[in-house]
Amino acid sequence: MSKLARSIAFAGVLALAAGPVFAGTYSLGREAAPVEVSAWDIDVRPDGQGLPEGGGTVADGEILFQERCAACHGDFGEGLDRWPVLAGGQGTLAGENPVKTIGSYWPHLSTVFDYVRRAMPFGDAQSLVPNEVYAITAYLLYLNDVVEDEDFELNKANFTSIKLENEGGFMADDRPDTPNLAKSAPCMTDCKPEVVITKRARVLDVTPDGGDEGGPAID
Amino acid sequence: MSATKKNPVRTTRRQFLSAAAGGGAAVTAQSILPVSAAEIEGLPPEVADWSRYLGEGVDAYPYGQPSKFESHVVRRNVPWLTASVESSINFTPLHELDGIITPNGLCFERHHAGVAEVDPAEHRLMINGLVEKPLIFTMADILRFPRTNKVFFLECAANSGMEWRGAQLNGCQFTHGMVHCVMYTGVPLKLVLQEAGLKTNAKWIMPEGADAAGMNRSVPLDKALDDCLLAFKMNGEALRPEQGYPLRLVVPGWEGNMWVKWLRRIEVGDQPWHTREETSKYTDLLEDGRSRRFTWAMDCKSVITNPSPQAPLLHKGHNVLSGMAWSGRGTVERVDVSLDGGRNWRHARIDGPSFDKAVHRFYFEFDWQGEPLLLQSRAIDSTGYVQPTKDELRAVRGTNSIYHNNGVQTWHVRAGGEVENVEVS
Ligand code: HEC
Repeated sequence: MSKLARSIAFAGVLALAAGPVFAGTYSLGREAAPVEVSAWDIDVRPDGQGLPEGGGTVADGEILFQERCAACHGDFGEGLDRWPVLAGGQGTLAGENPVKTIGSYWPHLSTVFDYVRRAMPFGDAQSLVPNEVYAITAYLLYLNDVVEDEDFELNKANFTSIKLENEGGFMADDRPDTPNLAKSAPCMTDCKPEVVITKRARVLDVTPDGGDEGGPAID
Repeated sequence: MSATKKNPVRTTRRQFLSAAAGGGAAVTAQSILPVSAAEIEGLPPEVADWSRYLGEGVDAYPYGQPSKFESHVVRRNVPWLTASVESSINFTPLHELDGIITPNGLCFERHHAGVAEVDPAEHRLMINGLVEKPLIFTMADILRFPRTNKVFFLECAANSGMEWRGAQLNGCQFTHGMVHCVMYTGVPLKLVLQEAGLKTNAKWIMPEGADAAGMNRSVPLDKALDDCLLAFKMNGEALRPEQGYPLRLVVPGWEGNMWVKWLRRIEVGDQPWHTREETSKYTDLLEDGRSRRFTWAMDCKSVITNPSPQAPLLHKGHNVLSGMAWSGRGTVERVDVSLDGGRNWRHARIDGPSFDKAVHRFYFEFDWQGEPLLLQSRAIDSTGYVQPTKDELRAVRGTNSIYHNNGVQTWHVRAGGEVENVEVS
C-alpha cells in the first residue's frame, strides 16, 4: 500500500470512529471548535434562538442611545439628515408617503437585536456587549410606544413575548403578478391609438451634474 | 506640435452633452453635422505622431488600464440617495459598454459598511448550525474543491427603484446601472455543505459577511444546493475588493443583496432568520400597506443603452440601437424594440452567447432622418414571461415598492438627437 493510500484509509477509519454520518468526501477544512463557533455565531432568530444571556432596561438604553446612536439617528430615533429613522410612522404604510420604522414596519423584535449587535453603531460594529444590546433594544421599543415603562427590562426570558404591530403585514412572493402575455403573443402593430409623453425626467432634474441637488431617497 | 492630441470625436461629444444639458438648440443642431476631415490632425495626408514616434514600452503599466480617452467611462454615484458613501451605491456606465460581460472595474458597488479590506491569508469560512461537523476552511482549502465557471448577471433589487413614481434620472447608468454580468469561477456551494454533512432537518442557510455590516440573509437550502457558488474569481482574476474579495456567494438570478460579499460564515438552520435585509429592506410594500417578502427572483428586464440620455444620436442615416436584457428565471428568448412609444414593435437581434441567468445583448439597426423617436424595448424570457410596462406594474403594486421595478423604459429622442427619460401613455 502506498503512503498516500494508507493515510486515506487511516482517515477513513478516523471518520468512521468519529461518527458514521460525517459526509466529508474531500477531507478539506478542519473541525470548528465550540469556542470558535460561539465567537462568530451572533445571529438571533424570531423564536429566540441565538439570544445571549442577559438583559437591560429602557432607562439604561436611553443613556447608551444618547452616547452611541443619537448623533445619527436623533435623540428620539427621528433620524438626523438622511440617517435612518428608527421610530414612529405607525399607520402610514398604506398612505402616500409610508414611514418604515421598527415600530411601523419591522415584523420581529429579534431583527433589532440581531442587526444592532452585528452592525451598529455604524463604524464601530460589534462593540456592544449583550446587556447593552438588550438595553438599547428596550429603549427602541420605548421610542416606538411598544413599552411605556422606563423601568421595563428586556431580557432573554421575556424577549419572545414582545410582538411588533406589523408582524402580520407580510405575505409570500406571488409574482409574476402582471399580465403574462407571451402565450398569446404580445401585440406587434397598431397596439395603441396614440402615444403622448406623460412624465419627463427633466421636470425633476435630479440627475447628478444635471442641476439641483436632492430628490426622494430610495432606502 | 505637442505629442498628445485631443480626440476630436470625444470633444465634439462632450460639447454636445453640455450643450444638450443647457438646452442650446443651435449647438445641438451643429453637432450632428459631419466634422470636416481637414480639421482632424493625423488623417491623410498628415502622418500622426503615433505613427511616427515610439510609444511607451512594456511594463509602463504592469496592470493595464483603459486608454486615457476612455477616462469618462466610470461608475458614478447619486450623492443625494444616501447619507454616507460607506452605505451607498454607484452605477455601472451601461451606455459605454457592449457585449454581455461587464469589466471588473465598472461593476456597480453597493456597500452597507464600506469595502472590507480582507487579507486572504487570514480569511476563514465557517460552516455551522445543523451540520454533522462544523468546519472552518482557509482560502487554500476552498481552492482544493472542484470548481466551475459560470456567467451570471447580478442585479440589485433596487435597480430602477427611483423610477416608481415617474421618470426621474436622465441616463441608463442611473436608471438601470445596478446590474453587471461577469464570469465567476467558484466551488458549488453544495460540495462545501456536503463536506460538513447536512442534518435531515436542514432547510435554510444564512450566509454572513466579514464586513462591518455583518451582512446576513436567509437562503432556502434548495437554492443553495441547486446552483449557488462560492466564487473567488470574476472574469478570470481575483474578485475585486468591492465585490467581496476574497470570497463571495453567487445566488444566480436572485437579488444582489443575497450574494453576500467577504463571505465568512454559513449557518444551516430549519427556518429563516428574518434579518434586517429581508424585513426592513428588500420587502416590497404594496398599495394596501401589506408587503411581499422573500421576493428573491429578478424578473425579466431590458433597457436600450444606446441611444440613451448619456449617449445621444449624433448622426443621421444608418444607426445601431443597442441594449441588454436578462431574466432571473432563465434565458432571454426574444427582445422587441419600438421606435414609436409602443405602438409598433419589431424583433431585435440577440447577438453573442445566451446563458441562463446572464445578460443578453441585442441590436436593432435603423435609419434616422432627425424625426423624434420614443424608444422602448420589451424582453420575453424562456418561461414565456413578458416584461411589463411601468403602468402595468403600478396597477398591481402601487408606487411604494422600491424594489423589483422591471418596467419597460422609454427614451425620447428629439430632432437634435438629444435623448430624455420619459414615460408615455
Ligand atoms: C454614524 C452614524 C450612525 C450611528 C452612530 C448609528 N447608526 Fe444606526 N444606522 C446608520 C446607517 C448609515 C444605517 C444604514 C446602514 C445600511 O445602509 O445598511 C443605520 C441603520 C440602523 C438601523 C436599521 C434601520 C432600518 O430602518 O433598517 C438600526 C435599527 C440602527 N441603525 C440602530 C442604531 C443603534 C441602536 C445605534 C447605536 C448603538 C446606531 N444605529 C448608531 C448610521 C448610524
